[in-house]
Amino acid sequence: MDPKSTAAGGTAVAEYHEHPVIEPGHTLTSVTEKISNVVLRGRHPIPWYIVFFIAFLLLNGLMVSVGWLLLKGIGIWGNNQPVGWAFDIINFVWWIGIGHAGTLISAILLLLKQDWRTSINRFAEAMTLFAVACALMFPLIHTGRPWLAAYWLLPYPNTMGIWPQFRSPLIWDVFAVSTYGTVSALFWYTGLVPDLATLRDRAKNIHIRRLFGALALGWRGSARHWARYETAYLLLAGMSTPLVLSVHTVVSFDFSIGIVPGWHATIFPPYFVAGAVYAGFAMVLTLAIPLRKWYGMEDFITMRHIENMAKVMLVTGLIVFYGYLIEAFFGWYSANEYEKYMIVNRMTGPYAWSYWCLIFCNGLMPQTIWSKKLRTNLTWLFILSLIVSVGMWLERFVIIVTSLHRDFLPSSWDMYYPTFWDFSTFFGTIGLFTTLMFLFVRLLPMISIFEVRTLVPEAKVKLKHDPTVDDFDVSYGAD
Amino acid sequence: MSAHAIAATPEIYGLMAEFPDPTSLVLATRKTHEEGYRNMDAYSPFPIHELVDAFDAHDHRVQRNVLVGGLLGMFGGFGLCYWVSTTAYPLNIGGRPFNSWPSFIPVTFELTILFAAFAAVLSWVLLSGLPMPYHPVFNVPRFAEIASEKGFFLTIEATDPKFDRLRTADFLKGLGARDINEIPN
Repeated sequence: MDPKSTAAGGTAVAEYHEHPVIEPGHTLTSVTEKISNVVLRGRHPIPWYIVFFIAFLLLNGLMVSVGWLLLKGIGIWGNNQPVGWAFDIINFVWWIGIGHAGTLISAILLLLKQDWRTSINRFAEAMTLFAVACALMFPLIHTGRPWLAAYWLLPYPNTMGIWPQFRSPLIWDVFAVSTYGTVSALFWYTGLVPDLATLRDRAKNIHIRRLFGALALGWRGSARHWARYETAYLLLAGMSTPLVLSVHTVVSFDFSIGIVPGWHATIFPPYFVAGAVYAGFAMVLTLAIPLRKWYGMEDFITMRHIENMAKVMLVTGLIVFYGYLIEAFFGWYSANEYEKYMIVNRMTGPYAWSYWCLIFCNGLMPQTIWSKKLRTNLTWLFILSLIVSVGMWLERFVIIVTSLHRDFLPSSWDMYYPTFWDFSTFFGTIGLFTTLMFLFVRLLPMISIFEVRTLVPEAKVKLKHDPTVDDFDVSYGAD
Repeated sequence: MSAHAIAATPEIYGLMAEFPDPTSLVLATRKTHEEGYRNMDAYSPFPIHELVDAFDAHDHRVQRNVLVGGLLGMFGGFGLCYWVSTTAYPLNIGGRPFNSWPSFIPVTFELTILFAAFAAVLSWVLLSGLPMPYHPVFNVPRFAEIASEKGFFLTIEATDPKFDRLRTADFLKGLGARDINEIPN
């Protein structure tokens, strides 16, 4: 973040947008107090307790479901032959996709110098971390014996002399997702350090002060430190950008490298990445709309943020819809009996309801936000973001189940029906995600305080044009 | 701390001046550097690029370390795939060559990013001398209170050859500092 350009951009932006990225009248102190008080002196709104309670119940359901799974094996799920991948992979891809918006906001929008990312990047990144945690659970528990997954997945010298198969997209996935989770955590923590120092300095309780002090690493806002910090932050953003694109690309390879009709398509990588961003922005909206209201953060997450996110959702939704059209086109154009049958079966077969629900959720409903009136209607946007999340879940259901349940040989055809444990595990991860998210807004600043400070007029550096400045920079820059 | 500095300025880490806004801090930092002070630092609650330029506080080792980390990850990642697939556990899959390099690219790429990211984070943390649980600047109560919120501070350390308790304090006063404090060690 270049304060000079932010400041200049801020004025330019105020002329063209009816809503600023931060409401006028804020100072360094008011920004700091408003955000850090939620953590340090927060009284939490009643809805926080209600949602947290429900989420915590679901989380307990997850514990039971996973416990039962480990005891009985994956036979408790509806998976069968030929549908060997079902809810576990649907949910894995769904969660990973949701995480992508966090990295997009924090990294790609930083590189594009979009100042509206500043007040939403922190909790979008937290969302990424928690979504990746939920996602990682599924392939692990899908093995049935996750304690053995260590030598199936990770290259380490073991007494059996066995090594992973590096030509398999499933191993690429292990590397992609674990790198993604690690780098997202590093990026998030780096962004948090200056704010942890603020919390340390503002905390009244000695234990809380020590805790934040330890986490803040002794940060003191030195210009030398800021210089290294900003370089590292920018480089992390630069690395996260190709990383996030690679992760969903690799996830799509899990499918497209296989020869299953409905999976073996070159459109998959870009179509999956767009779907990930689309689902992720929907989840950011689902979280941001209630949280900004409950915690009174409307000054920092303004209508401008909401509207921009809705627009990104609309654009990526159109790309996803184009993906559906191309899938249908390729089914016909391939002139391949199996590919043609796959697409006809998707539209008219036993799972046709899921395909048409998908088209309704992801193809039709997002078109409503072409209208500015609906785009700025928070209630509608919240409902739409839930519809989109359902749509993206159905997309993975359609891709995975309808492609697998009609195998090449009609003798292998079978139907897939999820069981109670499939649903309890899935809703359990929603509970896990929501629990972590709600704990996060209580324990850490949900908006990046130091970055919002740079948007305040006080933070502007007003240097008169001084011809000696350049001489100064050159003479000292040279040695 | 050199023996000379201790003799000249016992007991203190340096002098700290507070400025009312980022602009005056940048100007003061620039003048201090022009005056010949080198063991100095400026503090702000958010990054100010002009400040970094004002006393040339750039550290290009971060970029270099990230490059080195990325290259290590790249060669390490490809080397791992190559060694496992050709030497440690060669598998003949449909007659494909053991060194089927295109399928090693995803792992190579991910490890490049992973190592570079660790290099970036370790660089900004360790090159800045963090984690550092104690630092003398926090002995100034005003600093401990507002530095991470709205304070703009400039410090000149006692170890600087040009440092002199009285003359340096006068110099800082001349720059329009709001308040000047000695930093106890």
